[in-house]
Amino acid sequence: MSAYPSGTSLSGTPDEVTISFDGRQITTAAGQSVGSALVTNGITAWRDTRKQARPRGLFCGIGVCFDCLVAVDGEPNQRACLVEVREGMEIKGSCGPSVHPLAEPEGGRE
Amino acid sequence: MSATVPGTVETGVAVVGAGPAGLAAAVSAAEAGAAVVVVDACPQPGGQFWRHRPETVEPNPDGKGHHGWRTYRDLRARFDAGRHTGRIKYLPGQQVWMAEKTDGGFVVRMTPTVTADPAYGTAGSGSTVVARRLVLCPGGYDRQLPVPGWDLPGVMAAGGIQAFIKANGALPGKRFVIAGTGPFLLPVAAGIAQAGGQVLAVLESSSPKAWLPHLKAAASVPEKAVEGVEYAAVFARHRIPYRIRTIATEVLGDARASGVRTAKVDADGRVRPGTERVYTDVDVVGFGWGFTPQMELPLSLGVETRLDADSSLVGVVTERQESSIPGLFLAGEVTGVGGASLAVLEGLTAGASAAAEPDSAAGPPGFRAMARHRRFAEAMHRAHPIPDVWQDWLTPDTTVCRCEEVTAGEITEARENLGARDARTLKSFTRAGMGWCQGRVCGFAAACLGSGPGALPTVASLSAAAKRPLAAPVGIGELADLIPTDD
Repeated sequence: MSAYPSGTSLSGTPDEVTISFDGRQITTAAGQSVGSALVTNGITAWRDTRKQARPRGLFCGIGVCFDCLVAVDGEPNQRACLVEVREGMEIKGSCGPSVHPLAEPEGGRE
Repeated sequence: MSATVPGTVETGVAVVGAGPAGLAAAVSAAEAGAAVVVVDACPQPGGQFWRHRPETVEPNPDGKGHHGWRTYRDLRARFDAGRHTGRIKYLPGQQVWMAEKTDGGFVVRMTPTVTADPAYGTAGSGSTVVARRLVLCPGGYDRQLPVPGWDLPGVMAAGGIQAFIKANGALPGKRFVIAGTGPFLLPVAAGIAQAGGQVLAVLESSSPKAWLPHLKAAASVPEKAVEGVEYAAVFARHRIPYRIRTIATEVLGDARASGVRTAKVDADGRVRPGTERVYTDVDVVGFGWGFTPQMELPLSLGVETRLDADSSLVGVVTERQESSIPGLFLAGEVTGVGGASLAVLEGLTAGASAAAEPDSAAGPPGFRAMARHRRFAEAMHRAHPIPDVWQDWLTPDTTVCRCEEVTAGEITEARENLGARDARTLKSFTRAGMGWCQGRVCGFAAACLGSGPGALPTVASLSAAAKRPLAAPVGIGELADLIPTDD
C-alpha cells in the first residue's frame, strides 16, 4: 500500500503551486486546500483569538467551525480548509499578529 | 416576505446537498421525471463521506480509502447523465443561508461558500432557487465534547482528519491520538495508518460489551461486520492500540498540541484514579463523539423534531421522507445519524417522493433495508453513548465555546446563579454560541451544561441552540437585496 506522509502528495498528482503566507513562500502540490498547504509546511496556527490571543488553525476541517480563517488575496474571513491553493495566492493570518513559532522543518514538535 | 433578486432559477424539485443522500435524491427525482436543481456548498459532488481530491487535479479518482465507492460511481454517473440531458441543474460552491416556505413552494437563497476562489460560486452572489418541493440533505459533522486543551492547534475533529486525507491526499501530522466514542473512530485511524501516519492509540470511552444487548440489530446489517473485520485487520497490521473505557482527560501543549493525558473510566465515564497515562510527541489529536446533524435549515422551516437515541435533534419524517411541512423532504443525517448506506436509501426515497404527486401510493422500495439500517444505528447509539459524567472532566477554565472563549465555569455560574438552563438563555448571558460558528461546535455541550450535571439536553434547548436566522455568513449587501413587498 503506497503511503503519502505529511508534506507530500499522492503519487500521480501533477504540478506544484507556490503561494505566500504572511510574506513567506510556500510550495505545495496542486489541489491542496490552503489549510493543507500551511499544515504540511509546519504552520499549524495562523490567527489569534480576539480575547485571549490564543493561537488557532484547523479544527473541523470541513467549513463548520471557522477556526481556520485567513485573508486570501485581500479577501478577509475565508476558511482555509475550503479554499484551494492557486499559483501566486497571497495568504495572511486572519487577525492578531499572526506571528507564531513555526515548527521545525520536519513538521516537528515543541 | 418575498423578494426578487437577479439570478433566480425556478424548478420542480430543489435538493440541498450533494453527499450520499443529496446525490441519491437528485438522481431519483430526475429519473422520476422532475426538473431538479441541486445546490451544494462544495465545489464537486460527494459530500463529506465521498470527499475526494479536486477533479481538476485528479479527474478519475480510484476510490482508494473510500467505502461504497461503487455506489458513488453509479450515483455520479446517473447524476452526470441528468445534467447532460438538462434534467438536473447543478449549482456547486453555493451555501444556502436562508430557506423560506411560500404559498407555491419554497425559496432557497444562496451565497458562494468561498468568495475568494473562482472554483466556487459560479452561480454568482445573491442567487435564488424557487422550487415546488424541497429536499434537504445537509448532512452532519463531528459532535464535540470540550476537554482542557482542546482549543490548541493540532486538535482536530476526527472527521476533519479524514476529510483532510481524502481531499488533500496528505496527512496533517505524523503522530496521532484519536479519542471519543463510536465505530467512526475506526475508519479514521485506519485511514491515517494506510496513509503512512502513526496512530499511537484509539481511545474509546465505551466498551464492546455495550453491544451485547443489541447483537440482533447489529447482525441485521452484516456488511457493517465485514467492515469491522477490515478495520481490525488494519489495526493489527499497523499495531494500533485500541483502548476501551479510556478517555483523553487533557490535551497538553503550549502553542500547539504536543501530548495527551488519558485515563481509564468506569461505565458512567468516571475517571478511575491511578490509571492516568501520558502520550508525548503527538502532532494531532482527533476527537469525535458521534455526529451532529446540520439542522438549521429544517428548523428555520419549522419542521417537527425529536431527540434521537444519540440525543441528537433530528427531523420527524414519514415513510416517504416527508417532514411535517408538506412538500419538504429530509434525507440523511438530519433524520437520524445512520451512515451513508442509509442516507442513500433515504435520498432515493425522498427524491422519488418529491417528484411524485402528493397522494401517490407508490411504496418506498428500500423501506425494509432502511428499517434494518435504522435498527443498527439505534444499537450503535446505545452502545456508544455520551458518558453520563463527562461534565466532571472539565475544569472551570476549560474553554467550551471556542469562538467567544466562554469557559465551563462561566456557563455553570450562569446556570447556578442566573438560572440560565437552556442554550438560548446561556447565549445571552455568556455569549456561548454567539461567535462565527453560531454554536455549531459548542451547542450540544453548552445545552448539556445548562441542563445540569449528568443531564442530557432537551429538544427545546437543542432547537434554541441550532435555530439561526442566517444559516451561513452572508454579506450585508445580500441582506439589503431582500426587498420586502406588501404580500
